[in-house]
Amino acid sequence: MTSYLLYALAGAALCGIGLFGLLRLSHLLRKLLAFNIMGSGVFLIMVGLPQHQSGPDPVPQALVLTGIVVAIAATALAVVLIRRYYHQSGMTSLEGEAGSREGGPL
Amino acid sequence: MIRAVRTCFIALACIAFSAVLAASIWAIAGDPGQGTLPQLLSENMSRSGVEHPVTAVLLNFRSYDTLLEIGVLVIAGIAGISMSKTTSLEDPELRTSDPLLYALQRWFIPLMLVLAGYLLWAGADRPGGAFQAGAVLAATGVLMRLGGIPMDFLRPGLLLRLGLVLGFSVFLLAAVVSVIGGDAFLAYPPDMTKPLILVIESVLTLSIAMVLLALFVSAPVNDAEDPEEGDPS
Amino acid sequence: MTDWLLDGLLVLALLATAAAALFSRDLFRAVVVFIAFGLLMAVAWVRLQAPDIALAEAAIGAGLTGVLLLDAVSHLGNKRQKALRKTRDPDERGSDPS
Repeated sequence: MTSYLLYALAGAALCGIGLFGLLRLSHLLRKLLAFNIMGSGVFLIMVGLPQHQSGPDPVPQALVLTGIVVAIAATALAVVLIRRYYHQSGMTSLEGEAGSREGGPL
Repeated sequence: MIRAVRTCFIALACIAFSAVLAASIWAIAGDPGQGTLPQLLSENMSRSGVEHPVTAVLLNFRSYDTLLEIGVLVIAGIAGISMSKTTSLEDPELRTSDPLLYALQRWFIPLMLVLAGYLLWAGADRPGGAFQAGAVLAATGVLMRLGGIPMDFLRPGLLLRLGLVLGFSVFLLAAVVSVIGGDAFLAYPPDMTKPLILVIESVLTLSIAMVLLALFVSAPVNDAEDPEEGDPS
Repeated sequence: MTDWLLDGLLVLALLATAAAALFSRDLFRAVVVFIAFGLLMAVAWVRLQAPDIALAEAAIGAGLTGVLLLDAVSHLGNKRQKALRKTRDPDERGSDPS
């Protein structure tokens, strides 16, 4: 067991936390945070697991670097969409979710 | 009551998901790795034109990924701009002006520009490169925006469009030229690898910074335009 | 031994900040904790011997994401108070300057 494996396992736990937040929370910004945390977990697994087997490995590191930049662009686009949605509907959660103003079916 | 049961169910499902994921990681980690990728990489480093392995992977060995990535970024930037509610991205009303911020900027912006340039140049032989430099450049733009420095290039027009697609088009041009020359897609000519990578990295930096900045400035919704639309009926 | 202690603490801090970012009551605090999570991720990348990712994560996770999300939080918060005022007092709608 190396410390790389520890980070990969932590990545699995982060995925679980993020998935729970994504399913359970209703505020859209919080969903976005949960999504980002889940992504961070995936990145940790992607780097930690190969490095456990063969030492520092630049190939997954380069792929994760690409992934981080795509993730920030997706986050920024999501913030634009959320603000637009809020401007249109006055709600910060999707219709039918527990926290929406109309109080749709659970 | 239903809420609590639902929360418990979701929590159990997520714990199960994490456990399965951790178990599979443990199982994979038990195997001895038989991948030859690191050896292949270190054997071919001399042909890549740069000394830093991560940059070599990003811009030479797996440059297809980077090409598609900048394509995704450009699409995200265009989507963000087209969703924006303001007539011009450079809207004086959306700027804030604060004397303290302005004083800070006079020190910070040149430093951050130098840092971005250094990161871009350092990518050849040590940690650094287009992505980090692009992020720092975008942060400089955000700081300029918050401090109220006018940025005319953000008006919808030639400069904005050019900045958005510059990285993608130069990268694609390099790829297509090598195909026309009878080589594989994205195969750089052996004697020009280093300057070509440097050019592509510079335009990538500009484009990444432009996309991130455009996404940041298109976020505000100017509700002075149509106040009735925002009312929930 | 010290390495293991550092790694263990870092992993615990990562999990704790992730959980706190999701389940803190105040949205503003959630975003601030999320920025701290990004910085801890940068340290974790250094521990994983990936300085490139650490640089990118520090610039993006701490700088850009923070500004973006804080901006969005302040916007949503202000708008909510304004919307509440609107529903309480519909006569004020015309006189309310944006």
